[in-house]
Amino acid sequence: MAYVRRYLPHLVLAIGAFVMLLPFYWMFLTSIRSPGEIFDVSLWPIPKDFSAGENFSRAASQVPMARFMLNGVIVCLGILIVQVLTAVPAAYALAKLRFPGRRLLMTLVIAALCVPIQALALPLFVGLAMTELLNTYFAMMAPFFLSVFAIFLFHQSFRSYPNEIIEAARMDGFSEMEICWRLVLRGSLPSLAAFSVFSLVAHWNDLYWPMIVVSDTNLAPPPLGMLYFADVESGANYGALMAGATIITAPMLVCFLLVRRHFIAGITMTGVK
Amino acid sequence: MTPQSVELRGIGKSFGTENVLKGIDLSVRPGEFLSLVGMSGCGKSTLLRMIAGLEAPDRGTVSIGGSDVTDMDPSERNLAMVFQSYALYPHMNVRQNIATPLRMRRLPLSARLPLIGGLFAPSQTLREIDAAVEQAAETLHIPHLLDRKPAQLSGGQRQRVALARALVRSPAAFLMDEPLSNLDAKLRAHMREELASLHRRLGATFIYVTHDQIEAMTMSDRIALMSEGRIEQLGTPDELYRSPATLTVARFIGTPSINLLPVEIDAQGKVAAFGQDLGLQAAAAHAGPATLGIRSEDLRPAAEGLAVRVLRAETHGADRFVSCQLLADETVRITLRQAAGETLETGADGLTHLAFAPERAHLFGADGARRELSVRERVAA
Repeated sequence: MAYVRRYLPHLVLAIGAFVMLLPFYWMFLTSIRSPGEIFDVSLWPIPKDFSAGENFSRAASQVPMARFMLNGVIVCLGILIVQVLTAVPAAYALAKLRFPGRRLLMTLVIAALCVPIQALALPLFVGLAMTELLNTYFAMMAPFFLSVFAIFLFHQSFRSYPNEIIEAARMDGFSEMEICWRLVLRGSLPSLAAFSVFSLVAHWNDLYWPMIVVSDTNLAPPPLGMLYFADVESGANYGALMAGATIITAPMLVCFLLVRRHFIAGITMTGVK
Repeated sequence: MTPQSVELRGIGKSFGTENVLKGIDLSVRPGEFLSLVGMSGCGKSTLLRMIAGLEAPDRGTVSIGGSDVTDMDPSERNLAMVFQSYALYPHMNVRQNIATPLRMRRLPLSARLPLIGGLFAPSQTLREIDAAVEQAAETLHIPHLLDRKPAQLSGGQRQRVALARALVRSPAAFLMDEPLSNLDAKLRAHMREELASLHRRLGATFIYVTHDQIEAMTMSDRIALMSEGRIEQLGTPDELYRSPATLTVARFIGTPSINLLPVEIDAQGKVAAFGQDLGLQAAAAHAGPATLGIRSEDLRPAAEGLAVRVLRAETHGADRFVSCQLLADETVRITLRQAAGETLETGADGLTHLAFAPERAHLFGADGARRELSVRERVAA
């Protein structure tokens, strides 16, 4: 009985992990299999006919994969930088400064969390079209510059920063901006890491918005590029398609592994999820 | 920097509907060690934060060294504050922590930027700052800790770093908000002594907030005892102990607490407790119920006087405290202080009598204010 109690949680978690990881495993498996084996249901990791080289070189040469990746990097970093630049001072003000209307603003932030991007897509699209900004990096980034999720997450984490340190800093001559960036954000690096992962993954994987505002292949971020790839191939070469998917998933995996410790500290600290 | 005076005029503050400060006037002399004491919630910390500029008063003015600073930012007032939690910058080591007030003051913004700031800093200024940090560390006996992070320090060491950070900039006055309350009892006693000697050496103005009357009594030149947003009494520790202006002051100052006896003043001004004449004369105009305060050391065993039952005795080294219960009203507790060797003769049922030095008793009216009292011949009951 004690045995069961001890291992049951692990068993449940293992099943969960299996379900989550299976698609990725399948993707990787398909990317190294030859066309003949692709529809095998076996999960055996070593294919009879090892065609990873062929699939990956196909994926890299058929479409400008490097270009897609670069586009992804530009868009994701652009979004992340502006998000942090705007959300950190906003969160600091909401968490630590006293001014009339603070509660109302905080309520608005939380309310804004409930608005999905789809609801805003049409006005945003019309606006961008009228200002002739479609088919630009800016069009892909602009709707995400102001992140209420970031404001909320940083607010949760900044709130626990000791007030006495902020007061000591004021007496020492720190300006509010220096307090915000050099002390308070400095004390919340785990939540910065957590938010960076959330933001990078979300926008790296985003297909919906780039598909709406970009039709130029040269501007396509990876998921949109994959779509072109599938079109070119009429969806026939699954091996190469999955090799492409593996290539664009890898950076996110690396990014997560690098900040894993901070990420976990960040989400447990801020009480998000 | 020569020590500066701090003047408060008519300071008032409300939080919502609660009036936390009700018109405070207070002059702190240059070089004085002044304590603000009182129960928690009496407004003493709020008052200190107003001097610091961290909180704005609704009414009244704050002046430092004769000039009005009411509307100035905290950093422009040239005050240093030591916080209860020490408020050290957690990501900086001790050296950087102590240097920060000077860096913020003397270096331009460009030189304070992370990573590249060093390129813009004038080396002469940096050397001066280094020297000042070393000297402050020397004064507080912490040169060996300069390269540690705050998290690696004990409470007492953090306390010293906070003090070094305060004194490195030679402020017009030091503000301290319960700086010793997070230390253990032994270290607290030691730091009390050190703070007092630091004050003597620097000759600076200290404004010290505490809820601990022993800290206030042992270190201060003067004490301002606060209660419910007012200063009840301002005076030397001795004045507060020997002639408390109100019942609140009498209750607050002194360990063990003052003994309080419910008494009655009759139409002639004679003071009696439970119908027993105490040989004390008050003004006839104050007739009515009142409270008599007697310090534990002013009581002694006697053949007649207040009839009490002894409950227990505690020996504290040189002193012995005997707790008793008044026979006439069992809810009244009386503590008697004796030297450790002395004994108290009691009857078989623990009963005895206590007499007190009438010229050292304090009389307080029903409103808590001190009443004049004189000694006269006792009238037999």
